[in-house]
Amino acid sequence: MNIPRHWRETPERYRLEAAKCRKCGKIAFPARLICPDCGHKEFEKINLSGKGKLLTYTIIRTAPEGFEDIAPYAVGIVEMEEGVSVMGQVTDCDPEELKTGDTLVTKFRRMSEEGKTGLIMYSYKFVPDIGV
Amino acid sequence: MVGIIGYGTQIPRYRIKVEEIAKVWGADAETLKRGLNLNEKSVPAPDEDCATLSVGAARNALVRAGIDPALIGAVYVGSESHPYAVKPTGTIVSEALGICPHVHTADLEFACKAGTEGMFIALYLVKSGVMTCALAIGADTSQGAPGDALEYSASAGAAAFIMGRENIIAELLDTHCYMTDTPDFWRRENAHYPEHSGRFTGEPAYKKHVFGAVNAILDKTGMKPEDFDYLIFHQPNGKFPVQAARQLGFTEAQYHYGLLTPVLGNTYSASSPLGFAATLDEADPDQLILLVSYGSGAGSDAFVFRTTERLLKNRDLAPKVRKQLDEHRKYLEYGVYAKFRGKILKPE
Repeated sequence: MNIPRHWRETPERYRLEAAKCRKCGKIAFPARLICPDCGHKEFEKINLSGKGKLLTYTIIRTAPEGFEDIAPYAVGIVEMEEGVSVMGQVTDCDPEELKTGDTLVTKFRRMSEEGKTGLIMYSYKFVPDIGV
Repeated sequence: MVGIIGYGTQIPRYRIKVEEIAKVWGADAETLKRGLNLNEKSVPAPDEDCATLSVGAARNALVRAGIDPALIGAVYVGSESHPYAVKPTGTIVSEALGICPHVHTADLEFACKAGTEGMFIALYLVKSGVMTCALAIGADTSQGAPGDALEYSASAGAAAFIMGRENIIAELLDTHCYMTDTPDFWRRENAHYPEHSGRFTGEPAYKKHVFGAVNAILDKTGMKPEDFDYLIFHQPNGKFPVQAARQLGFTEAQYHYGLLTPVLGNTYSASSPLGFAATLDEADPDQLILLVSYGSGAGSDAFVFRTTERLLKNRDLAPKVRKQLDEHRKYLEYGVYAKFRGKILKPE
């Protein structure tokens, strides 16, 4: 990921910032300039709670470059409490033990790094909700 | 009146036992466990570092404080494992917490004392009236060279404290700092692992400074060891703080809640701050707590706090230290631990 793009995506990656349409109430994550439901252009900035249910997931066993050392790992789609679906890695767990319907919460984690001397990219990831 | 208005912690889920490390290096685990008063330590996941643990701890502190993050005027992150040599951890943490851009941040480093350095600065900035609230974090994913004595203890964790003048849960009564130039432990630029001067880390280093800070703050406040309900010393292992406490006239009941090293390891900048958080988890209102850090190089910061009624109201709003420490642990074998900690050489 290039540096300007990572920097531009900081609000959603670091703080789960989303946009709530002031006309129809649709929540867009990441934030959008035009509401996908009603076409309205005014939004309220909100932060997602970080909690949701695992809708579906896959286990990555042949990982892309930069992620080989953490394979196998799960990537899932999570329906957040606010009703919006968010895709992300599920970490801090044995991926074989995951089940659809599991309650997950987001944590701030390292996502990737540009080699040993380049930029470290941080983002949200999901972990099983164990209350810690 | 100034003090702590919210606190939070983050401890990784992964652990490794002393036996698992000892068998790789041909060491006697029972001797080590007895000598260091240490059974296991926390290990950061590959995607955890000083910044991520800081954010986790600070988010819990914000929940307990119940304030708008924008009220925080300063963020100090004390660590000896900042992710970058040049690029602040404080900006990453502030951005993730929604505190940017009107904030002063600084990354602090003073071996294991960096966390309480931040607390000291944050408390006095708030006391001076320069800002309404300030956040101080001690966080580390500390490194111990393979086979070195430090490998058995160097662990990971973070503790965060938000300072303010209203809705205080632990009021600051006094502080004292005790410093000298003492070469007991260091890590040079570009060196992957720290080095230490063996037994020299004991009497002329840890004990001299902890004793110096304790005796000075007792003189300053006119208090005696028995006046305190609780005590937390820096915990490089489980032996030093217990020996120091007993020699200074404190009892097991006073350090019981704050002594975490036997099952957590040495979280460096987070060590005494985590012990302090674990004590706040259990303390009653109107109790006196003595917190004394130690950082190699060397120095100790001593703080006297008095808990308030409000502590009981807000401490159940976020996970307690013992919950993070005792529940859902995942034990690693040495090979996986070595991979997690980047100890296995791979071709570039």
